[in-house]
Formats: sequence, C-alpha cells, structure tokens
Amino acid sequence: MAKIILAAIEQREGKLKRNAFEVMSTAKRLADELGLQPIAICIGNNIDGLGEAATTYGITKVIHYRSSELENYSPSAYTDIISAYGKEIEAEYLIFSNTSLGRDLAPRTAVRLSAGCLIDCIYLRNTNGEVIALRPVFAGKAIMEAKINGEVKVFTIRPNVFKTETAGDKVKADVEIREIGNPNLGTKVIAVKKSEGKLDVAEADIIVSGGRGLKGPENFKLIEELAEVLGGAVGASRAVVDAGWRNHGEQVGQTGKTVSPKLYIACGISGAIQHLAGMSTSRYIVAINKDKDAPIFNIADYGIAGDLFEIIPALTEEIRKIK
Amino acid sequence: MKIAVCVSNVPDTATKIKIGADGKSIESAGVTYIINPYDEYAIEEALKTKEKTGGEVVVISLGADASKETIRKALAMGADQGVLLKKDGCYDSFSVAQALAEEIKAQNCELVFMGKQSVDYDNCITGQLTAEILGYNCISVVVNFKLEGNKITAEREIEGGREVVETELPAIITTQKGLNEPRYASLKGIMASKKKVIEEKPAKDMSDLTEIIRLTIPSAKQPGRIIGTDASAVSELVRLLREEAKVI
Repeated sequence: MAKIILAAIEQREGKLKRNAFEVMSTAKRLADELGLQPIAICIGNNIDGLGEAATTYGITKVIHYRSSELENYSPSAYTDIISAYGKEIEAEYLIFSNTSLGRDLAPRTAVRLSAGCLIDCIYLRNTNGEVIALRPVFAGKAIMEAKINGEVKVFTIRPNVFKTETAGDKVKADVEIREIGNPNLGTKVIAVKKSEGKLDVAEADIIVSGGRGLKGPENFKLIEELAEVLGGAVGASRAVVDAGWRNHGEQVGQTGKTVSPKLYIACGISGAIQHLAGMSTSRYIVAINKDKDAPIFNIADYGIAGDLFEIIPALTEEIRKIK
Repeated sequence: MKIAVCVSNVPDTATKIKIGADGKSIESAGVTYIINPYDEYAIEEALKTKEKTGGEVVVISLGADASKETIRKALAMGADQGVLLKKDGCYDSFSVAQALAEEIKAQNCELVFMGKQSVDYDNCITGQLTAEILGYNCISVVVNFKLEGNKITAEREIEGGREVVETELPAIITTQKGLNEPRYASLKGIMASKKKVIEEKPAKDMSDLTEIIRLTIPSAKQPGRIIGTDASAVSELVRLLREEAKVI
C-alpha cells in the first residue's frame, strides 16, 4: 500500500483559508511525484466546504475531527489528535502551513512522531525519492538547502509562496467525520481578540507599507487610503513602530512579520536589511522613495524616485479611476 | 520557584553573511555576535516574574565559548546563575531542544522563557520542541503574560489579532517583541555579574534529524526600473502593474 502524505489544514471560525488550499495542493503534487497517497486532516467544529476543497485540489480522503470545544486552537488537543492519526495511518510526510497555528503545532507533532521538522520552506522538490527543502535563514541573507533524515518528515510551507493547482481529474473526496469526546484542553485558547476589522499583513495579497519618509504618524493616512483603494493591508517599518507611530502588529521585517504578497508597495522605506528580510519574497515590489540610491530600489521591480507626498495621492487617484 | 531562561547568541542582523569553506555553515570570522533580540524579552519576563514570586533565574545557553558573553549579559540584567552547554556549530533544533530539556530537568525549573526564534537559522520551534520533550505545557509567540499561582494566562500573536491562551505550570513560554521593555544592565549589575558563576559542561551529543545540504547566498535580484521621479510616472506605474505584473 502506498505510504501517506498528510496535509494538516487549518480552519478559522469554520472556514478554510488559502493556506489550507496551498497545503493540500502541495501535498497532492508531492504525492504524485513520490507515489504517495494524500490525505487531509482538519480539526474544528463545523467546517464549510471541506469535501469540495479537497476534491478541487485532488485529495481523495479527508478526515475531520469534530468537537464544539475545538473550534478554537488548543495546542494540547490538536497535537494529541494529529499525532495519534499520523501514527494510525503511519504517515511518512506531514505538511502544515507556516502560520501562527502551523508553526506552533508542527514541531509538537514532530516530537510525538519522532520526526524531523523543517520550518518555513519556500520550495519543496523531489530528488531521487527524497524531499529537498529550501528555506531562508539569517533573515533571508542565505538560503538553506536541507533534508530530513528519519522515517517521518514534517514540513511547514510559507503562506502565499506555493501555487495552488486544481486537480485535472476530479474524484469526489471521501469525508470521514470523527467526533472527539473529551479533548485534552491542558492548553487552550479561551478567546480571540481581533484587531479592529483590519486586514492583517500576514494574510494580505497587497500590502502598502510606510516608513520614516512619511515624516509623522498623521501622514499614514496617505498609506491607509492607497491600501484601501487596492483592497490591501497597511504595513510599517521597524523605525516607525519603534517610534510609536504604528502598532507592532503591522511591522514587516525581521522582528515583525514575514510576508509574501502579490504586490508590496514600500513608501518612504529605505530598505534596511531587517526590513528586506520580511518582504523580499513578495512577487512584485514597488518602491517610492525620494533617495534614488536607497537599497529598496535594488530589490524593487518598479520604482519612482521622488516625493511620496505628491506621488502617493496621485497613485491612489489613478487606481480609484480604474477600479 | 526556579525559572530558566534559554538564550543564544546570533550574528548581528546588520552583518554581511559569507558562506564557509564547507558550504554548509557561515564564515564566523568578521561576524559580530549579539544576544538574540527575542531572548531579551525572555530575560526581562523571567526577572519580572522572579520579582513577584521570588525564587531564582538560571540562564542556559548552548553554544561555543563566545556564548558566555551572552550569558554574562543576562547575569548583568539580574539573572542569578549561568550554565553553558558547550557545543560547536549546532543548528538542528532537535539536538538543541534535547540538550536544553535535559538541563531544565536537572535544574528542576518549572517555568521557562525563551525567545520565539533565534535570528540565525530562524527555526521558531525550539520552545515547542523542548516543551514536548519534557512533557511541559507551552505557549509560543507571547506578547502578554500573567501567572497566578499555578495558572498561566497569556496572549499570543496570530494573523489578524491575538489568542488568549490558558494553561498551567510547568510551562515554556516563547517571547515576542511587545511583551515588555527589556531593562538595561546597571553598572552595579555589570559589576555583580562578574562574580556570578557560569557553569560549563559539554552538551550531550544528540543525533540531528535534519541535515543541511548546503547554504547559498541568493543571487541578487536585477534591480527594477525607475519609472520616473514625480507624479507624472504614476500612470505608467499603474499600466505596468496591470498589464505586465497583472497584480491589480
């Protein structure tokens, strides 16, 4: 019987997010390349569209561990459930998304399964039957090529980097529901505090970030307006967070969040290495900065070397026209 | 209560990285090492907790001799005791976690703080691994921490907000920026730290579960186009984003 690659997918408030599709699609691709059977596992209460999503991405079996007590994350219960299921099916590979949940859960599961664990992979390829991972280290200044020795292997994949591909031959996924009676709630989330209705940089397709070039916290409204017409999130450099202009939740870079949006617009950000570490895997980078020698222009696809107080409002206006 | 803080020293984030002759590690000559930035929040939270509950703070580091400087810094901030588990060139989080777990157990520490990740190999998993090996509870990426008796209530950062998490001792907490403002070592603290003992012993040899095949420096991206120097370039930028990049 084929060995198993387990796609550990996450739900929030009963919904699957894009990172779940990325994990399923990556598991399916590796399964095809390595001759494995892909299975998805999801823990939660009621989950919308689980079977449909699995069918779309070519996963033929999904197991849903259900409990009204597990709608929110519980590190202890989730670890127990996934590692027990991994043992039951003798999974050889487990793939998680490198989200706040996946990064917390994957290493715990790895210990239980005596597995090696590689985190925040940006590329996974099959070389002669072995999975080789690429992951940024030293804040993206170097790339580590690594593999896991051991029978069980756990990987987390950076969100927004892996492609989702819908399966060519759609076979309706079989969804198995297992009710969980007494989950181990030794460590559990008792409440979720959402930041006021704002899109988070870690989940946005488009990010507009501001730095010291904005000269003062009040001028961030230019950034907010541009982000709004683009349907994107507001990001910030470390300098402006340390200066108290913006919240740490918006900080992009080494001591903030690592992001990989489709489009990253850096305004008044010079491009310190700590900042580049957090956003250099963005698909397209636009830089607006008055200093044409700023390092941000070295990694930008497009740049305007001019006064952001003139350029950002014009850009907001131009985009508003086409939307 | 005995509280442990695990610290590591890492290349200064402003340092230029060069790959060593083996192709698998970085060239250490010319690199300035600093305390891992996230570990400073761990030290501060340990000291704050000790000030409330009493007890002592032991600093544990795994690494080469140079890690002693990092331990000394924590001692100068107010930690009581240091342990250096000596090992060169260790990158595998499992090996690190196993060695740390052994020392935490030997020291009988019920509460452990460590940075949420070290900014060298950026693994972000050592705390969770160590906790799981010890059978301790663990909350990662913590920005708010409260201990009442045996009960811990903490907030951890997630996409779009925070999770409020409850658990009990024994536990490992991994610390994130925003948790506190790390104190500076006072002159008195620096003087006192010189008299404190750092115990040195070899880290137990563990087999790594992951293997580095090689490290490479990513090829520099071709700098993009500077489209213009004022607002007249905006329409061309929008056209490129729509037609060439197809991202808006």
